[in-house]
Amino acid sequence: MLSLNKVSKSYKIGTFGGKDLVAVRDVSFDINPGEVVSLIGESGSGKTTVGKMILKLISITRGSISMDGTDVSSIQGSAVKPYYRQVQGVFQDPFSSYNPIFKADRVFELIRVEYFADMVRSEWNDKVEAALRAVTLDPGQVMNKYPHQLSGGQLQRLLVARALLLDIKILVADEIISMLDASTRIDVLNLLADLKSRGLGILFITHDLSLGNYISEKTVILRHGAIVEMGATEKVFGRPTHPYTRLLLSSVPQLHKKWATIEAELPSPIGDGKGCLFHDAYPSAGRSVVPVPDEPTLAKIEEDHYVGCFGLDSEKATTQAA
Amino acid sequence: MSLQVSDLRVYYRTLAGDVKALDGVTFSVADKEIMGLAGESGCGKSTLGNSLIRLDGRMKYIGGSVKLDGADVPIWDDNEMIPFRFREVSVVPQYAMSAMNPTRKIGKMVSELTESRGLRFRDIKDELDRRIDLVGLDRDVLKRYPIELSGGMKQRVVMVISTLLDPSLLIADEITSALDVSTQRAVAETLVSFRDHGFVKSMMVITHDISILYQIADSILIMYAGKLAEKAATSTIIEKPLHPYTQMLISSLPEVGVRYRDKKLAGIPGSPPSLLDPPTGCRFRARCPLAFSKCVEEPSFVEVDTDHSVACWKVAGADA
Repeated sequence: MLSLNKVSKSYKIGTFGGKDLVAVRDVSFDINPGEVVSLIGESGSGKTTVGKMILKLISITRGSISMDGTDVSSIQGSAVKPYYRQVQGVFQDPFSSYNPIFKADRVFELIRVEYFADMVRSEWNDKVEAALRAVTLDPGQVMNKYPHQLSGGQLQRLLVARALLLDIKILVADEIISMLDASTRIDVLNLLADLKSRGLGILFITHDLSLGNYISEKTVILRHGAIVEMGATEKVFGRPTHPYTRLLLSSVPQLHKKWATIEAELPSPIGDGKGCLFHDAYPSAGRSVVPVPDEPTLAKIEEDHYVGCFGLDSEKATTQAA
Repeated sequence: MSLQVSDLRVYYRTLAGDVKALDGVTFSVADKEIMGLAGESGCGKSTLGNSLIRLDGRMKYIGGSVKLDGADVPIWDDNEMIPFRFREVSVVPQYAMSAMNPTRKIGKMVSELTESRGLRFRDIKDELDRRIDLVGLDRDVLKRYPIELSGGMKQRVVMVISTLLDPSLLIADEITSALDVSTQRAVAETLVSFRDHGFVKSMMVITHDISILYQIADSILIMYAGKLAEKAATSTIIEKPLHPYTQMLISSLPEVGVRYRDKKLAGIPGSPPSLLDPPTGCRFRARCPLAFSKCVEEPSFVEVDTDHSVACWKVAGADA
């Protein structure tokens, strides 16, 4: 199980790094085996930053990430390798994830050299084939091909197969289907759902609420780096409580249901990073009309459903989430 | 009829041969109509949009005609198209971020643009300000550089600039694809308001996102592999599609409220054919679950109901 505990990331910006840009603030959630957690947010909400911190591609400013109880946020050098055997990522653009002059399946060879150098060749080939079958690819169709000869869906599935070779426990899937066509994206999405049933934990990072809703057990909604609402998917989508979540849900274009006439647009983030960011930017949406000095903490409003908003009824917000 | 396209063919010249990206496309867009154009990548939808405004060096005009408000549009001639562009036909490109000159303030850029068309900037300045108010931006944007605006703001500025001379046809190519859901909605609704205010007569909205089209379009045209598959009013396409491709495409869209646990959606197996050497007959045949012997012949795009045209033997076969 992977758990994030009050993870924050800030970047130094301005001349001589005089200012701080907080990209992620105090994000805590867990990913359990056999569970898809969707991390939903708009551009600039820090969702990709969270994914990169889990994959140790960027450092963590504050907080910690632990895998099965061991803190992995500070490990370095060769100690990272066992961690990467358990946690792998797949990214948005399948066409730029490959070296165009190497055959696409060479990504498997890199894994062999790095992690399975001692394995007998035939055993390795069986392993690769099993991984390809697991992502519903026909080895004959994809082996020995260059990236441009394969479709986006095939490339994306090859990357998932590569991650599976390592017997991973957690897969970070960062917008992996946004670049795919409508006719193939659902297959990759179903693949993730199949992997989940085999006990893989998946962090599904997306900006598309309908996709998150389709496959995930748990939903985390991020805005300007802070969690505004999280919990079981059916609760977050069924009873959205934070005004931001409601706004997002009302803006999603849906078939069979036209947009209701509500205010749709959000102003861009402003403010000094203190207090409720949503309130600053969008004062009329919250139920609370009093400006509040502190950042709201996540409050439990029902079993497995947490909301970070002051506008909640106070009796519901008594239990503070960890 | 505002726009009439008949049997338009545009190929791409490549070393390997001609890529038949647009292979005999016939349709029309009425006045005040927002027509959505949807399909997979590589189906020719952007080629169709681009060919109505400018054929670049790789694109080769093969045949067909385009009429806008009764007048022929000489799309095959780059120079003769100049009087049409911006005044009659205008485009909002996908990446508004790169559509503007980064070294000019937006106001300066607009004035250079209008003066290149022989118009004085101060004559249109009032109208420009009015339209900037209308899309909910501050008039100060004209004094700013493109980099100072967010993606949604830039997209709306480009929309205002593109429609400044009240063109008859506006082509919006994937304009919402790079935007967040809430901005997406604002931009899409701005498009509709442009039509309602009469800034543009008719519109072609090109996107791969059918759910956006459902929100804003009056009719939807589905393309597959360089040909038209189906065209009908939006509600008909969504509720009662006839072409198997449209049916599969729509049923593969996850919606808010559909869960994997309850209902497993399925994609369309296989991938679209190469347009370098497209298959004969129905091009969807290889992926179609309903394909039968007649599909080796090419189905024509026929009207099966009022304003509902389909290219499929299963649908049109009975009386064809």
